Amino acid sequence: MPRMTTEEIYTKLEPIVATYLPEDIPISEIDPDSDLTGELNINSAHLVDIVLDVEDEFNVEFANEDMETLRTMNDAVAIIQKKI
Amino acid sequence: MGGLPEISEEKKREYLTDLQLRNFNSSGILYGVIAGMDAIKDANIAISEKEPNWDLGIIFGTGTSGVDKFREAIYKVDDQNVRRLGSTTVIQTMASGISAYLGGLTGAANLVTTNSSACATGTEAILLGYERIAQGKATQMLCGSTSDHGPYLWGGFDAMKVITYKHNHEPQKASRPMSASASGFVPGSGAGAVLLESLESAQERGATMYAEVLGGHINSGGQRDGGSMTAPNSEAVQRCIKNALIDAGIAAAEIDYINGHLTATIKDATEIENWCRALNRSGADFPYINSLKGMVGHCLAASGSVEAVSTILQMQEGFVFPNINCEDLHPEIATMVASEKIPREKIPATIHTAIKASFGFGDVNACVIFRKI
Repeated sequence: MPRMTTEEIYTKLEPIVATYLPEDIPISEIDPDSDLTGELNINSAHLVDIVLDVEDEFNVEFANEDMETLRTMNDAVAIIQKKI
Repeated sequence: MGGLPEISEEKKREYLTDLQLRNFNSSGILYGVIAGMDAIKDANIAISEKEPNWDLGIIFGTGTSGVDKFREAIYKVDDQNVRRLGSTTVIQTMASGISAYLGGLTGAANLVTTNSSACATGTEAILLGYERIAQGKATQMLCGSTSDHGPYLWGGFDAMKVITYKHNHEPQKASRPMSASASGFVPGSGAGAVLLESLESAQERGATMYAEVLGGHINSGGQRDGGSMTAPNSEAVQRCIKNALIDAGIAAAEIDYINGHLTATIKDATEIENWCRALNRSGADFPYINSLKGMVGHCLAASGSVEAVSTILQMQEGFVFPNINCEDLHPEIATMVASEKIPREKIPATIHTAIKASFGFGDVNACVIFRKI
């Protein structure tokens, strides 16, 4: 598989994260620097579900250490980019 | 063979969001949420998205929670794939899952808990909620119970040979409480819920009042003297009924209607005998009696609350529903109670005072008395 660009990864990531947004946060609020739990108000328990969905979508596996560095959309993109 | 409510995907989405339904696989929580939220809506209780409701509590019982979700989890754990369990395995399989879901949906911030006493669970929940309000510790209590469906829950009962196997070709004839040909119960599932409220509060906000809880009693036979893990001590059953009358402050003669436990096993005649002895009434003097289990099966932990709702609806609308599949009344029961007190057709009736009892594994009993308002 040819390497995905940052934009391509981001495009695939956005709908995954959007699934877990609280009802009062529109998708338009998501941007590359959004803090997933702090700004987008995603329930921190759902971070593990986002990671499972990302693993399925990109065919990668997150390590515990990856989880610890995951705060923003950009963090997620960087972790994915390293692994594919 | 078993009974389960059919819930469409569309119906689920009336109660839970797409996110809440993601990886959701707990039939008991689904049924409990539907019944509980219907009761809240019917009682016209406002739900704030911001403020906790300190005066509203929840006692919502169950026997097990999320058995299908637990099965999913077991396969993953055995595959050494714990990390794939996701974030909702715990909340769907913890016993208090149902009260926790309802707590979040309603904002209830008084006592929020799950009780569990096998097939007495639902009736017990109503009495525990009633006591909480009577003690002045809560104004409103959402009380009910739920039960998962399916073979992982029901299989164990089948293995005990307490489920009928004689009617698999004619399921509508299978659940036969008080019948001479009763040969075991039919498992069912679902949930029932009532919203209890102090009289003052209900009057103040002009709430629709279906019935008053006059009182009741909860006890156990101690698994002694005929009582065991699976069979009730008859003396304890009679004491439970008699003490419920004392707690309610009424005479046995005031009971117009009994909603029995009556599961369609060989124990039905024993239950009738216990009612006769506890109330000291028999023959034509016996109150009307029926069992909802002929229609919906034995909803196990949900049975007490589902049947309590049926009791209250009969009081409100003035009828006694028929004991279906009881065309051949058990001869032993016929010697104790006049046949017309066990209606086989729906009849109109004014029910001022109704009594509902439930008995559960572990030799536990619960009995509640309702009065028409």
